[in-house]
Amino acid sequence: MNGLDIGWWGVPIAIIGGAIRVSTPFIFVSLGECLTERSGRINLGLEGTLVFGAMAGYAVAFHTGSPWAGVAAAALAGMMFGLLHGWLCSLPKVNDIAVGIALMLFGTGIAFFFGKPYIQPVAPDLPAIPLGWWTDIPQLEAALRVNVLFVVGAILAFAMAWMFKATRIGLIVRVVGDSTDAARAMGLDPNWVRLWSTAAGGALAGIGGAYLSLYYPGSWNEGISSGQGLMAVALVIFARWNPINCLWAALLFGGAGALGPALQSVGVSEGYYLFFAAPYVLTLGLLVATSSPTQAISGAPGELSITK
Amino acid sequence: MRRSEAVALPLLALIAGLAAFGVFLLLLGKSPIDFYGYVYQAGFGSAFSWENTLSRAAPLLLAALCVAIPARLGLVVIGGEGAIVLGGVAAGVTGASFPGLGLGGIALMAVAGALTGALWIGAVGWMRVRRGVNETISSLLMAYIAIALMNHFVESVFRDPASLNKPSTAPLEEAYRLADMPGMAVHWGLGIGLVACIVSYIVMERTTWGFAARIVGGNVRAAQIQGLPTGRLILGFTALAGSFAGLAGMVEVSAVHGSANGSLAAGYGYTGILIAFLARHNALAIIPVAVLLAGFEASSGLVQRRLDLPDATMLVLQGLVFVAILVSETLVGRFRLFKPETWVRA
Repeated sequence: MNGLDIGWWGVPIAIIGGAIRVSTPFIFVSLGECLTERSGRINLGLEGTLVFGAMAGYAVAFHTGSPWAGVAAAALAGMMFGLLHGWLCSLPKVNDIAVGIALMLFGTGIAFFFGKPYIQPVAPDLPAIPLGWWTDIPQLEAALRVNVLFVVGAILAFAMAWMFKATRIGLIVRVVGDSTDAARAMGLDPNWVRLWSTAAGGALAGIGGAYLSLYYPGSWNEGISSGQGLMAVALVIFARWNPINCLWAALLFGGAGALGPALQSVGVSEGYYLFFAAPYVLTLGLLVATSSPTQAISGAPGELSITK
Repeated sequence: MRRSEAVALPLLALIAGLAAFGVFLLLLGKSPIDFYGYVYQAGFGSAFSWENTLSRAAPLLLAALCVAIPARLGLVVIGGEGAIVLGGVAAGVTGASFPGLGLGGIALMAVAGALTGALWIGAVGWMRVRRGVNETISSLLMAYIAIALMNHFVESVFRDPASLNKPSTAPLEEAYRLADMPGMAVHWGLGIGLVACIVSYIVMERTTWGFAARIVGGNVRAAQIQGLPTGRLILGFTALAGSFAGLAGMVEVSAVHGSANGSLAAGYGYTGILIAFLARHNALAIIPVAVLLAGFEASSGLVQRRLDLPDATMLVLQGLVFVAILVSETLVGRFRLFKPETWVRA
């Protein structure tokens, strides 16, 4: 950083770079939650899945030396959590919101339990693509070092939107999410569809966790996730269950999350902790602004318990 | 008989959860018998361990009420942790700002803590009523905001310059520390928690307000058709629930820490969720369940040292018990034993 003194210009640049860096886990978790909710079920436990994915990914990457093996392990672990959630919810009279809370606590607990020995060692990082090769400003170049997973997540958002719109699987998920009775009449098994939608959603959340521990911040510790999994759930509501909107919303949230560190980098330290609250305040503000007490939210899957 | 099912099923779930944790320990090559032996020894084995357990039960009783009361109105509020930490900060700052009032100072701190908690969780109820915002998500988001606010207050606005290693508000004077209850080394926080549980039980089960609240929890539309003020009921009872959580923060500051600092975010709010679910949101049932879980927390240090387990051990145990209690919901009404009317055919 000895080249140019770009002063306050550093703030927007750091926010853009931060938005890309910070948004990636939001993208994966919100796409996973979007898929699960489109099938008519809510998984509040993705916070626990995210943390466990971060731990499992880091541990496997450390032992195998391959960060991609870590990502695969995190996805597998996330899928197991999704299957557990889906199975518990398929039991009669079991409430999906309560199961989510239980698995949020269980996932975090078991991640801390097995993650203790991995706080010290250093695992290999995921590679980044230097998209900022054309610029001389080191801050901008650093901001544009984009991780492969961000690109994968962005493509996935469009792929999922296409899946919902134009494929058989997408239609099945939507039918099950909008009306259990209609799905049964079509000969579909709603529980089975929801089970695998939740499993796939869990796998995506696990990948989001692996990004946290293997790229940014890039180490495993017990404070690795601070509610990203939960914010992603709220973000899906704000994005009106549309995968592409999830991508934009994730970038917005990433920018809000990058505000504190960005201001700190130019020497603003007053109210440092308050900037940490920015993404939560933003989430809450958006929920308040876009919800309605009298009518169901437009675009909501008909069978979703939180909007019924 | 229905009532005995309401006791038997959670008990069965608790035992199943503890057994599942035993299997988990066996898989790790640890002895579950040693584990539960140490839990008994350190949590319930002697007068000293009982005193330790009961002291820890105080904030848990209040935190569980913050979940159980809204649950009777059909609301799943899980962000009690936020009201606890902000209630603690409010109580700590109030106590340090108004010295020399004796018992009146303690009362002032309690009011400050309860009022802060009531506003915080009441806001969750308000967002639900006025904007239709899901209370589970909003309350948990508010908990993260509360912890950020607490850090801000404790580390800059209200920081005592003398607190170097651990940023805290100014220390409370000796008269503002909650004393022990007569005859035992357990602070008055336990008494406050027990009274809160009993009062909540009476309000929820024996008053018109509680009855109206339970109707709202059973069927909002039916409640509206009956002309019940559902909005005001939700606001009032979420505020009441929050005031108990805020009081928990005040108890921790006044009885345990002596000033407000980061230790307030100890996870009582989250343990409270499990306690409320195990107690099936019954305020009186919260008392034994909270004492039991407080015993587990009291023993965690000893258990971890003796069996060489990480600090998250109790979180895993709580998670398994939580899953077991939810699975048990599916068994409600399945056992003929609890339905005398079906005995004849058997």
